[in-house]
Amino acid sequence: MSNANQPSLASGHEGTLRDQFSAYISRLKNGEMGSLPAVGAVLVLTGLFAMLSPVFLSRINFTNLFVQAAELTMLASALVFVILLAEIDLAAGVTAGVAMAVFIVLVKFLALNWILALIAGFIVGLAIGWVIGFFVAKIGVPSFVVTLAFFLGFQGMQLILLGEGGVYRIEVPEVIAIMNNNMPDWAGWALIIVMAVTMFALGVWDRARRAKYSLVNKPFSILIIRTFALLILGGLAVLIMNQNRSQGSIPIEGVPIVIPITVVILFICTFVLERTKFGRHLYAVGGNPEAARRAGIKVARIRIFAFMICAFLAVVSGIFHASRIGNVDGSAGHTIVLSGVAAAVVGGVSLFGGRGKVLNASIGALVITMIDNGLGLLQMPAGVNFLVEGGVLLLAATIDALARLRTGGSIVRK
Amino acid sequence: MSVPAIELSAVLKSFGPVDVLKGVNFKAYPGKVTALVGDNGAGKSTLIKGLSGVQPYDSGVVRFFGEEVNLHTPREASAYGIEVVYQDLALCENLDIVQNMFLGREELLQGTLNEADMELQATKALASLSVKTVKSVRQKVSSLSGGQRQTVAIARSVLRDAKVVILDEPTAALGVAQTEQVLNLVRRLADAGIAVVMISHNLSDVFKVCDDIAVLYLGRMVAQLKTSETNHSDVVAYITGTKTQDGTN
Repeated sequence: MSNANQPSLASGHEGTLRDQFSAYISRLKNGEMGSLPAVGAVLVLTGLFAMLSPVFLSRINFTNLFVQAAELTMLASALVFVILLAEIDLAAGVTAGVAMAVFIVLVKFLALNWILALIAGFIVGLAIGWVIGFFVAKIGVPSFVVTLAFFLGFQGMQLILLGEGGVYRIEVPEVIAIMNNNMPDWAGWALIIVMAVTMFALGVWDRARRAKYSLVNKPFSILIIRTFALLILGGLAVLIMNQNRSQGSIPIEGVPIVIPITVVILFICTFVLERTKFGRHLYAVGGNPEAARRAGIKVARIRIFAFMICAFLAVVSGIFHASRIGNVDGSAGHTIVLSGVAAAVVGGVSLFGGRGKVLNASIGALVITMIDNGLGLLQMPAGVNFLVEGGVLLLAATIDALARLRTGGSIVRK
Repeated sequence: MSVPAIELSAVLKSFGPVDVLKGVNFKAYPGKVTALVGDNGAGKSTLIKGLSGVQPYDSGVVRFFGEEVNLHTPREASAYGIEVVYQDLALCENLDIVQNMFLGREELLQGTLNEADMELQATKALASLSVKTVKSVRQKVSSLSGGQRQTVAIARSVLRDAKVVILDEPTAALGVAQTEQVLNLVRRLADAGIAVVMISHNLSDVFKVCDDIAVLYLGRMVAQLKTSETNHSDVVAYITGTKTQDGTN
């Protein structure tokens, strides 16, 4: 530090690329692994399934993987908001189920415009989130119990709305298109360029702010490396998705429409959690609710908002699901919520609260989806699938607990 | 002598039939460290809860730099610049030092967190207290020792432009070296012109760092002494009630 009015304390931004790298390694050793185990799992699983099945790395399956993962990513991201508070929402899946039931009833029987019906679905979701949050934050019922009650009750609500065994086809092409249609080639390239430019611009913006206060910045090369890594990996994915993956005569190519939707939602969630007052307060409440309260944070309000955001994103996940299978049925969303929790935990979001990001959850969702997809291709019985997923979840939770021990046995660590 | 930052006269507080504070007088001066000592149940906690607005007094007069004030909520106390650093610290372990120091009063720029501004202010606040024990202001609190956490909690009150800082047993759970660091910090806090009130059971700490010693005994202020004009055994005698000061009882 050379600047004269610069105080003598470090901020972790000092040093060369090499210093930053060794600081990163020492953070890993201290148990701050983030989603690194999940990234490792993605690589191992890719290698394993690619060896065992010739189809796994085919163009069509590659694209399918991301489309399938989108649904789980959205649900896991939804759950991140409540898991960060050390709460749980077991009703997230059925919340989506009820919202979609409302949607289809409005469209089919009341002939409502599909956009209005979707908005109604979201409002139903937000209302459910508010009620759950009210019970948890204001009355003090443990979220596990509240959401378990809603989980049971809403299965009944779905049946009442749709009738026993009711399955209704969605005849809204716009909704079906989300999971089943692709963007033109140029739009895929545009997506990846917009992502890289946004990442770069945010980085430059942060650096400018720090420079304005004459604070030290990390080496510029880190930002360049990150931006290029995104461009190369993303570009590779777009390149594969833009090739014809059809096994028939009609060509299928392009990045599925669900991908940009997911990217934008993940970006907004990350922005809210990392860069807004609300996000900071959410982490604070998850870390130490009493400290947050003493600092003047309205803890109950943060909790209620978290459950509302969770329900809202769960409804998005419900739309993805309905779009993929093309219909709404009375049993939708009953089992996916546990996979969502598994995805978040596998990705490195701590069930003890206060630690984790939505991006971690999406990597976890990719892991769970790969297991599902790969074992399916190997024509393993469904039982094996559940066993493996359960094992991976246990492993991830163990890593989480051990990481906490590593950091001095403290309960929370971001 | 200058105007006391805090002056309590005839403060009463009771919980149902139990009178906890029975007409307490107390003064704390800017730039001085005033120890508040007394045995368990003497009323120390009740006294500071009244000052912090958590549990208002039943009656009595509170003067803040000579002006009569009402402290009915923590917010009011905070607005006057009265900050309490509690024993259990109230820090979020999952957040870093800067984030903790600005918790609940984050600086914003264009609607988003102004991390750079907060980092600079926090660094300056720590530097003004000559804190050198923390490696980086972006360290997570979970990686800090007890003394470092206490340091962060105290520095947070400086950041809030506190006029009066009340420390609830700041050295209770600390080792020798860390106690030394925190006591030095307490001294620097007072040297910066802040009125510091330190609750402590450890008399050697009190004699090391405090200018004045106020002794509570069963809800009464039995003595308010200058450290230079008293000694260890006198203070013990006041605390245990075997000695009283003329005029205060």
